[in-house]
Amino acid sequence: MQMNTAVTRPQEAILQTNKVIRNTYILLSMTLIFSGFTAFLAVVSGIGQGTALIATIAAIVILWFVLPKTANTGAGIPVIFAFTGLLGFGLGPVLSYYLSVNPSIVMSALGGTGVIFLGLSGYALTTRKDFSFLGGFVMVGMLVVLGAAILNIFLGIPALFLAVNAAIVMIMSAFILWETSTLIHGGQTNYIMATAGLFLSILNMFQALLHLLGAFSND
Amino acid sequence: MDWIKIGSAVLMGAMLIYLFPRAKQTIENSPKGTMKEWMGFILPMAAVVLFIILLIALV
Repeated sequence: MQMNTAVTRPQEAILQTNKVIRNTYILLSMTLIFSGFTAFLAVVSGIGQGTALIATIAAIVILWFVLPKTANTGAGIPVIFAFTGLLGFGLGPVLSYYLSVNPSIVMSALGGTGVIFLGLSGYALTTRKDFSFLGGFVMVGMLVVLGAAILNIFLGIPALFLAVNAAIVMIMSAFILWETSTLIHGGQTNYIMATAGLFLSILNMFQALLHLLGAFSND
Repeated sequence: MDWIKIGSAVLMGAMLIYLFPRAKQTIENSPKGTMKEWMGFILPMAAVVLFIILLIALV
């Protein structure tokens, strides 16, 4: 009897982990499509930077104060769609700018983000390596990048702008490995929170790639 | 200085304040990686860097 319990428990845990991974990627795909739609609406309606900033602030408020309280309930699904939709909408002015300069920059950044995300997720999923040691690196990196980005709002140094965006791509890559590894090893059991983390990493990486490709293009 | 820059700085400052205690907790609780584990991280990162260089060259 005890042997049966010992054998079936890990199987249940594996099944549960696989279910969380599957639900995370399904929800992530749906939220990415939805945020793409809201970003399209923002570009078509030609919203200004002020509106985009308000949408981003609203999304952050949802992420900090609403999502943690609703993530374990059915209300978490509409909340995550509201969060991702607002962030997509907030991308409007940046997308409009790069589409007017050179549309291929947007396509390259989009494709590049997709390739990096799928590559890193695939790497973490197939090797099943434990990347929990990256937690400190990711957190310190985020704090340093945020500090440098605040400083550069007032200083406006182009080299610092490029360095910050290059660092964002690297930190978000590390975050994808860390979050995927946490999903695989059962550290993250809530697929809504996992989706929010992965969505943010994809969005930040896309924006940073846009800025990098825009800076290095001849346009 | 326009209000959008000030608003962005305030938002990022709030993120910094929000993130700091969580970062401190994560740093204290996350395990230390071995040389082999760090190599398993550096290799995909190197691939990402090369891919971005390729993207920049293509745009």
